[in-house]
Amino acid sequence: MKKRTGVLLSLALAAGTLLSACGKDEGGGSNEGGKKDAFKVAMVTDTGGVDDKSFNQSAWEGLQKFGKDNHLKKGTDFKYLQSTSASDYAPNLNSLVREKFDLVYGIGFLMAEDIKKVAKQQPNAHLALVDMVVPEKNVASITFKEHEGSFLVGLIAGMQTKSNKVGFVGGVDSELIKKFENGFKAGVKTANPKAEIFVQYAGDFNKAEKGQAIANTFYGKGADIIYHAAGGTGKGVFTEAKNRSKNGKKVWVIGVDRDQYEEGLPEDVTLTSMVKRVDTAVDQVSRDTKDGKFPGGKVVEFGLNEDGVGIAPHKQNVTKEALAKVDEYKKKIQDGSVTVPKTDKEFKKFEADMKK
Amino acid sequence: MSFFDILALIVPAAIVSAAPLILTALGGVFSERSGVVNIGLEGLMMFGAFLGAIFTHYGEQWGLGAASPWMSFAVAIIGGALFAVPHAVASISLKADQVVSGVALNFLAAGLSIFLTKKLFDAGQTPDIQERIGKGDIPVLSKIPVIGDLFFSNAYSTSFVAIFLAFVVWYIIYKTPFGLRLRSVGEHPMAADTMGINVNKTRYISVIIGGAFAGLGGAIYVASIAGNFTQSTISGQGFMALAAMIFGKWHPLGAMGAALFFGLAQSLSITGEQIPLLKNIPDVYLLIAPYVLTILALAGFVGRADAPKASGQPYEKGKR
Repeated sequence: MKKRTGVLLSLALAAGTLLSACGKDEGGGSNEGGKKDAFKVAMVTDTGGVDDKSFNQSAWEGLQKFGKDNHLKKGTDFKYLQSTSASDYAPNLNSLVREKFDLVYGIGFLMAEDIKKVAKQQPNAHLALVDMVVPEKNVASITFKEHEGSFLVGLIAGMQTKSNKVGFVGGVDSELIKKFENGFKAGVKTANPKAEIFVQYAGDFNKAEKGQAIANTFYGKGADIIYHAAGGTGKGVFTEAKNRSKNGKKVWVIGVDRDQYEEGLPEDVTLTSMVKRVDTAVDQVSRDTKDGKFPGGKVVEFGLNEDGVGIAPHKQNVTKEALAKVDEYKKKIQDGSVTVPKTDKEFKKFEADMKK
Repeated sequence: MSFFDILALIVPAAIVSAAPLILTALGGVFSERSGVVNIGLEGLMMFGAFLGAIFTHYGEQWGLGAASPWMSFAVAIIGGALFAVPHAVASISLKADQVVSGVALNFLAAGLSIFLTKKLFDAGQTPDIQERIGKGDIPVLSKIPVIGDLFFSNAYSTSFVAIFLAFVVWYIIYKTPFGLRLRSVGEHPMAADTMGINVNKTRYISVIIGGAFAGLGGAIYVASIAGNFTQSTISGQGFMALAAMIFGKWHPLGAMGAALFFGLAQSLSITGEQIPLLKNIPDVYLLIAPYVLTILALAGFVGRADAPKASGQPYEKGKR
């Protein structure tokens, strides 16, 4: 037993020296490459990987744009580290901080705990987290005004529903997803006060069969458009919509987070999508940090004004009237004459105000 | 909404979500009836789902069209069977702890399928498949009044394949010589050995067939419900199937019934929120309903669930 512990210990030590050696190596290399003035920025993906057609990919696009605009070198001045499992988050963040990157992004709320840990261990590091708030002095929390984007797709749904019934499928009942729900409901009611809105939460982000069952119920009750904010559970909504469209009853899905047009093919069931522009946000925060205005300890919100949310570029399924309505209300939201509700309470007030 | 409308919503949804569970539970029945505990159902299902997703995708590219998912089922059956071999070798020939080797299978499947996805597509998930198993009305049968609307409309053909296979498995296990041997090996391997039955061979065959069924279950989940493969596509369905098998008392038809019951409970919990009468119940109660119903059913109505006697024990010749 003792012997084994000894071997283990020495192995661990050997691995430790190896690791620290390579860390030092990289650090030295980059120090030569970029002098004091070169700004270095990096990101850590969550387990989805950098080609996840979602957050990570979008964030990396933003970083690449930032790199190109500022003539940074990929690999030394800006880069990403991929996480293959949740246990990689903290080591990845740490190694980037040690390599003296001026700003390190963690992509996705899954990384919140690790960001918090690293922020405490490395008080001089500049960290940023997408989609979640971590109240540490050296962490910038990037969030989105999902309710504003949801309001716009709600307008489209309200305009284009033929049965005057639309549905909303949420992942887990939480403050974040409520923003989607209430924004959407407000949009639908604004465009079509008569419309009935079914709302249901699946209680899970990864249960496609639940999404399908809920969609089945909604469509069965006569809804013809469903907006989902449910991640993998939303896949089931698409499945159900495709099945129904294939059998000759055209129904629609509104995608979320990114342009989900392709998800709706070949039956073409994606009406539009509510897009969160993570790339814009990453680019913007990187710029600010480079100019010495790192928003540490603050929550940076990206809404319509900041071009952080909006509707997807695939617009062929949206009618001209609906698009005109979207533009009209986009302006109203931007100039402040319409405030989109994000909580149940705010929505009730919104509805009451509307009736006046 | 009339009562019948509600039924017409709930019942088809139950049958839809039950098909993958039925098949995987049947795989479990095969394996455990022969005396090999199979915790690895989840992993086998995951691997089947992975194969189903990539081969439907490749099938589309090879121009197989609507036949692609069916081709991927064949691949998943073979793949699942092969993937069960390590479990068979470890637990039968090497006499390892069957639970441990099953758990190892789960980890292996999770790691391997994601690794291969990354290698093949350079992304964390496979592309969405275009050719799915579509819902539709079953010809003739859907015209039957009342029953037709409930059971044969708006349903997947794969669901009926699954139910049909449950009867086939029942026939094999209870009505054929091979089935008799399989059961005897699981109940009392020494007696079976004395009667000239090759215990290890029978167990190998059963575990491998079990893998094939679980693989098919995973592939059907992808082709009918999920639409592509990600790390979270199969998250717990294999264990649900395991529970369905135990709930069904290691009997193929029982397992099928249990899987349908799970499906019904789940679809009831989902549709329930939209039914006028049940609408006033807080959704938390509806969400936990499937699990509460299962516990009640297990505790109250099913009676004692007896596992095959030799389940979990490696067979050693001449050992008393």
